[in-house]
Amino acid sequence: MSGEAIVFYLLAAVTLASGVIVVTSENIVHSAAALVPSFLGVTGLYILLNAEFVAGIQVLIYAGAITVLILFAIMLTEGGTGFGTRQRNEQAAVGAAVAAAMAVLLIVIATRTGWTAGSGTLPLYTPGVIGQSFLRQNILVFEGTSVVLLISLMGAILIARRED
Amino acid sequence: MPGLTHYLVVSALLFALGLFAVVTRRNSVAILMGVELMLNAANINLVAFNKYVAPGAMQGQIFALIVITLAACEAAVGLALVLAAYRTLETVYVDEINLMKW
Amino acid sequence: MDWIRDILRAVVGTIIIFSAVAFIAVMFGVLLERKVSAWMQSRLGPKHVGPQGLLQTVADTIKLLQKENIVPTRADPIIFASAVIIVPLAALLDYVVIPFGTTRSGPLIFRDLNIGVLYFAATSSLVVIGILMAGWGSNNKYALLGGLRSAAQMVTYEIPIGLVLVTVALMAGSLSTVTIVNGQARLWYIVAQPVAFLVFLIAATAEVNRAPFDLVEAESELVAGYFSEYSGMRFALFQLGEYGEMFALAAMAVTLFLGGWHGPVLPPVLWFVIKLYALIFVFMWVRWTYPRIRIDQMLNFSWKVLIPVSVLNLIVTAFFVVMAHR
Repeated sequence: MSGEAIVFYLLAAVTLASGVIVVTSENIVHSAAALVPSFLGVTGLYILLNAEFVAGIQVLIYAGAITVLILFAIMLTEGGTGFGTRQRNEQAAVGAAVAAAMAVLLIVIATRTGWTAGSGTLPLYTPGVIGQSFLRQNILVFEGTSVVLLISLMGAILIARRED
Repeated sequence: MPGLTHYLVVSALLFALGLFAVVTRRNSVAILMGVELMLNAANINLVAFNKYVAPGAMQGQIFALIVITLAACEAAVGLALVLAAYRTLETVYVDEINLMKW
Repeated sequence: MDWIRDILRAVVGTIIIFSAVAFIAVMFGVLLERKVSAWMQSRLGPKHVGPQGLLQTVADTIKLLQKENIVPTRADPIIFASAVIIVPLAALLDYVVIPFGTTRSGPLIFRDLNIGVLYFAATSSLVVIGILMAGWGSNNKYALLGGLRSAAQMVTYEIPIGLVLVTVALMAGSLSTVTIVNGQARLWYIVAQPVAFLVFLIAATAEVNRAPFDLVEAESELVAGYFSEYSGMRFALFQLGEYGEMFALAAMAVTLFLGGWHGPVLPPVLWFVIKLYALIFVFMWVRWTYPRIRIDQMLNFSWKVLIPVSVLNLIVTAFFVVMAHR
């Protein structure tokens, strides 16, 4: 059992256990707090996959900004005070069956397909290489994403603004 | 040594957890948390495929970066909608928002 | 089985960083703050405990350790307790990428990540989660308001910090802190980027909730803000987090703008410590000079002044860097 395998199982266990707390907790603030170890576990998996820049961006945006956004939304609405309110609707059993079926389907597809190992090695990994590729091959998606960011920023401000 | 299938299994389980949250939770913020889990699972898939199947270029990681950015946009707009809905309808539970006009 | 050796190295490094930050940064920092504020107010500060009052913080820590740990009755125990861990943890994680000097074999840094500056911005943004959880878990209106305001302020002022980090990385050509310091061997970046230095100092003061941006823990308005309900060792851990974050931001300012460890005669580590404490003295000087700013003025200042200025600075820097490469 090599060190990498131990770290992988540990990170996968942290991610999935926190994910279970996120989806089944009766207290929604506990759910939001359990998102943080889940995202940090995914960050660890990215580092194992030699994707350090993506891991840094994941911590910065997901654990640092989206979690704060979700906590703000919970604290500004009635979510945290509704302690006695049930959190699962009446289709819980059917939903669990559908989710389990989806998981089984994906796992069967993943394990039965013979994935051909690709040739070549990953390019020498620096953020400079990612920046270059954003401005050369992928410039269209880069510009499109910046337009989407601008529009969603304006949209979110307009929608959430108090009408007075 | 964890291979490609290990990462795909983890991502499939995370996706199923996110799907369960979207389908069964009543609080709309909890549904958005489930959507974030599903997006994370898809990102793990992308980066794992980049390393094991197509390591010649960085397309998988570029795609994962774009997905993270767009997930942030979508979370911002979604939570703004939840706040605006709470202000008029005074509830965040999706099975109580069932009238077209308040 | 060399992963066991790596894990042992990481654990020993963690203990060293924690002890160094707790003793050098926080203990001396708190004492320095009290002495500096006393001298600026024409009084003497702590003088009795130890020679010239040097052991005052030790006495304070022993006092805090033996106080009762009070948890409010209807507070959420899990969230209340985990907030105490997240805030100092995020502050201590910042120190992994700061180069403290050079030794014969290379830079004295815990780990020279090739995404060093991005890692620093990411771990600084983890503190906000701890603050929100502290404000929520206290089951106290004042703590909740203080926590929300503090989180809004810290999230807003992270953006100018991020833009300044990107500007300096653009000039050095890399996100690694060691490369940025080595790029200042001939000219410190404070000469090339004075606007960015000023923006970084202002944003760093707001990021650690220090005056003049300390509305969230203003004693006269919000009791003590998000940590009103914490007593004893938990209060000490919050102070550790706040002072640790301030020292980390000052150390990053020294790395980015003041040339890191470069200096003529003295050993490099000593130069780093001198520059670090000079910046800490500037932070404390500002604290005891300016009055407090209101929360809406504070947020307007960030969105309407600091962010446009740092974006313009980034565009101009990018233009000059591209021109210089041609």
